[in-house]
Amino acid sequence: MLYFIEQCLNGVQLGMLLFLLAAGLTLVFGIMDLVNLAHGSLYMLGAYFAATFAVLTGSFVFAVILALFVSLIAGMVLEVVAIRRLYQRSHLDQVLGTFGLLLFFNELVRLVWGPAGMTLALPQQMLTAVQIIPGVYYPAYRLVIMVVALAVAALLYFVVMRTRLGMLIRAGASNREMVGALGVNIKLLYTLVFGLGAALAGFAGVMQAPILTVQIGMGENILILAFVVIIIGGIGSIRGAFVASLVVGLIDTLGRAFVPDMLHRVLSTNAAATLGPALSSMSIYMLMAAILVFRPEGLFPAASR
Amino acid sequence: MAEALLQIEDLTKRFGGVVPADAITLAIAPGEVHAVIGPNGAGKTTLIGLLSGELAPWQGHIRFDGADITRLPVYRRSQLGLARSFQITSLFRGFTALDNVALAVQAHRGHSFRFWRDARGEDELRKPALAALARVGLAGRAGVRIERLSHGELRQLEIAMALATQPRRLLLDEPMAGLGSEESAQMVRLLRELKGSMTILLVEHDMEAVFALADRITVMVYGRIIASGDPLAVRADTAGRQAYLGEKDDKENAGREGRHA
Amino acid sequence: MTASADPSFDAGREPLLAPRTAVTVVLLAVLALVPVYAMLSGDGFALTLFTRVLILALGAVSLNLIMGYGGMVSFGHAAYLGIGGYAVGILAKEGIGSGLVQWPVAIAVSALYALVVGALSLRTRGVYFIMITLAFAQMIYYVAIGLDRYGGDDGLTIYRRSQFGGVIDLNNKTLFYYLCFALLLTSIYLVARIVNSRFGLVIQGARSNERRMRAIGFPTFRYKLVCFVIAGALCGLAGALLANLTNFISPALMHWTRSGDLIVMVVLGGLGTPFGPLIGAVAFLLLEEGLSRVTEYPDLILGPILLLVAIYVHGGIEGLLVGRRDG
Repeated sequence: MLYFIEQCLNGVQLGMLLFLLAAGLTLVFGIMDLVNLAHGSLYMLGAYFAATFAVLTGSFVFAVILALFVSLIAGMVLEVVAIRRLYQRSHLDQVLGTFGLLLFFNELVRLVWGPAGMTLALPQQMLTAVQIIPGVYYPAYRLVIMVVALAVAALLYFVVMRTRLGMLIRAGASNREMVGALGVNIKLLYTLVFGLGAALAGFAGVMQAPILTVQIGMGENILILAFVVIIIGGIGSIRGAFVASLVVGLIDTLGRAFVPDMLHRVLSTNAAATLGPALSSMSIYMLMAAILVFRPEGLFPAASR
Repeated sequence: MAEALLQIEDLTKRFGGVVPADAITLAIAPGEVHAVIGPNGAGKTTLIGLLSGELAPWQGHIRFDGADITRLPVYRRSQLGLARSFQITSLFRGFTALDNVALAVQAHRGHSFRFWRDARGEDELRKPALAALARVGLAGRAGVRIERLSHGELRQLEIAMALATQPRRLLLDEPMAGLGSEESAQMVRLLRELKGSMTILLVEHDMEAVFALADRITVMVYGRIIASGDPLAVRADTAGRQAYLGEKDDKENAGREGRHA
Repeated sequence: MTASADPSFDAGREPLLAPRTAVTVVLLAVLALVPVYAMLSGDGFALTLFTRVLILALGAVSLNLIMGYGGMVSFGHAAYLGIGGYAVGILAKEGIGSGLVQWPVAIAVSALYALVVGALSLRTRGVYFIMITLAFAQMIYYVAIGLDRYGGDDGLTIYRRSQFGGVIDLNNKTLFYYLCFALLLTSIYLVARIVNSRFGLVIQGARSNERRMRAIGFPTFRYKLVCFVIAGALCGLAGALLANLTNFISPALMHWTRSGDLIVMVVLGGLGTPFGPLIGAVAFLLLEEGLSRVTEYPDLILGPILLLVAIYVHGGIEGLLVGRRDG
């Protein structure tokens, strides 16, 4: 039972990370109609920046904040230099172009930081386990991730729903020409949105760095999960991304934790051993397939699409 | 009165808070040209969408030759003889005019799970396609890629596409859209020729064409039918007039020159 | 081939070789002579490299069918390379070494997977479709990693190449090369026939304007699905060939970046042209090979090249050679 609670929390935590990643992706797609395969690269860069700054400054918190800023700037620079030239192209060309960027960034990281990967150490206080329910201990840092990500989600919701900037973002999603005609600087808006997405991705990379990994190619696997989230949640919908992230995070974590066991009870040892790992990682794809059958446009499709 | 070829009952479409089609009821007799007019946003294109199958109604029925087609998908309705032309030209780019129409012919010549034979060499497809092109006056432009056709020719091609499927009923969505006076006259002549052999539901803004062609007129405003019947009667109907022709008169005085059908 | 000599009847269709006839003919001639060169110079590596080019070109040809002509951008096509390869590998490991069993199984399983994935994915379009095919490919990648019995992450060595009862010895590298070449050319011809058939015109029409296709009476879904299955099956064959070439199969072959490579090949060579996939495969693999000899960080150059192609080039290499065609 305790194990189950722990796995549920892990699932929520994964979901929060996925949300940070998926939110940026769905914003960029919803507003600029751009498929960005290099989104995972921004996630990776965030982690590498944080690890480097931690070494340079000796402070975890400073490293996080600096990495966040650098991610934002890096995103905006990338948009101006490369991304904006892809808006007018077909989705296929965008896939091709951002795929090129992905390859480039993986290689760049290998050049600058070497092939081995890095670590990001947590400050002492965060390493302790906190008692959340009597008898159940959970690492403090993982709780921090969840809380911070939730805060970011709330902030994002507030910005998109309640501020002028958010209104422009939503308006841009449904009618580009109109927003341009209103005298709003569309180019600047797009740069900001892309930067925001990059910051979110970088932030996710930073947050998971101490507990998961900082290595080349780390963006790819989670990017696909983010795609699954968007498909399930509906492209262009932040709310959909939130719900779907939680669902995907939970199902993936619980699937990996419990499916092998369940298989062992039902099948012979050999069969279970063979199929276990394969099936448990398939669980979210099964979910995605099911959604596709019953609701191909996702759970909360944004009206403009 | 003859059994209606197309019977529309109580057709309603809701979309968010908007009701672009509200309890539409119409009966259209075989061989009739029935024009639907109304200001922009009246729901005319929604109606065509509902009839062609692209939109699903909230409630109501559509009967075609007695059979209920309300739940049938777009391609099935086409196979049953309901053809449609598009308000904004919607053809196959990268293909010639003949290719375009031949595809329409192909859709109604059995299945297309044939993988070997060169379809462009099949007389069974090319001949009827050429005939359809000839009927709209485009025979000489058969081998031209559609990117090189003029707007007027594209509107004609739209009609040819619809005709090539040998329909029993045509849904024409603003065939005059964007045509100059010469081309409009041509289009009206063409539609006049089709009249009688075909049942046509015509959505149009061009009032001269409407009165030249229509056997009956229905006026729609905000998703509702406010008048329907004999063209002269509708013309005389004040409500319909004010709702639509009044607005239209202003626009006509402001812009276009009059045209003679 | 056509009923009438009137050129306007032909205006829609592109001839097989033009407009890049010269390039294509030269390329084919060069490829035909590679084994001769290898024999004379003793450069076995060139033979292996070009065999790989031919096999991946076959994969690209299959992708071009659905992507170039059908407009279905599948980001999961490498899955079929893997499925075909694993079919050979698994059967070999279980003692079934005959190519006459392995290869049909490779094709059949690939077709089946394509049927399932297609049935689910083709209900969507555009970006959704791209992402979904990507997700399904990743799924099968993880399944392969989880197959401990067949090597899992480390991959599976295939000790003996597919046996054809002594009639063909695939261990003969030159013979194997020409077999791949023959299969490639046959596939290119078959695809060319398919795209100009009734079926092919439906596929092309659906790419051009699916809404209109339905309006004129085509149930487009089933045609696209069949096309998707054909492409999957053909790529499965390529996978079987690849497993034979390397005597090895691993999940890495199905990683989504490999699917990206296939897309690059098709786009580089020119979408929707008969020989485009071959030209693209040659260009991409030679570029990859060349760059890795020049620098330790080839993707630093390859990446931006892809980006530039995406931004500036219409129609891939074909576009560069003939200039823009549309008015």
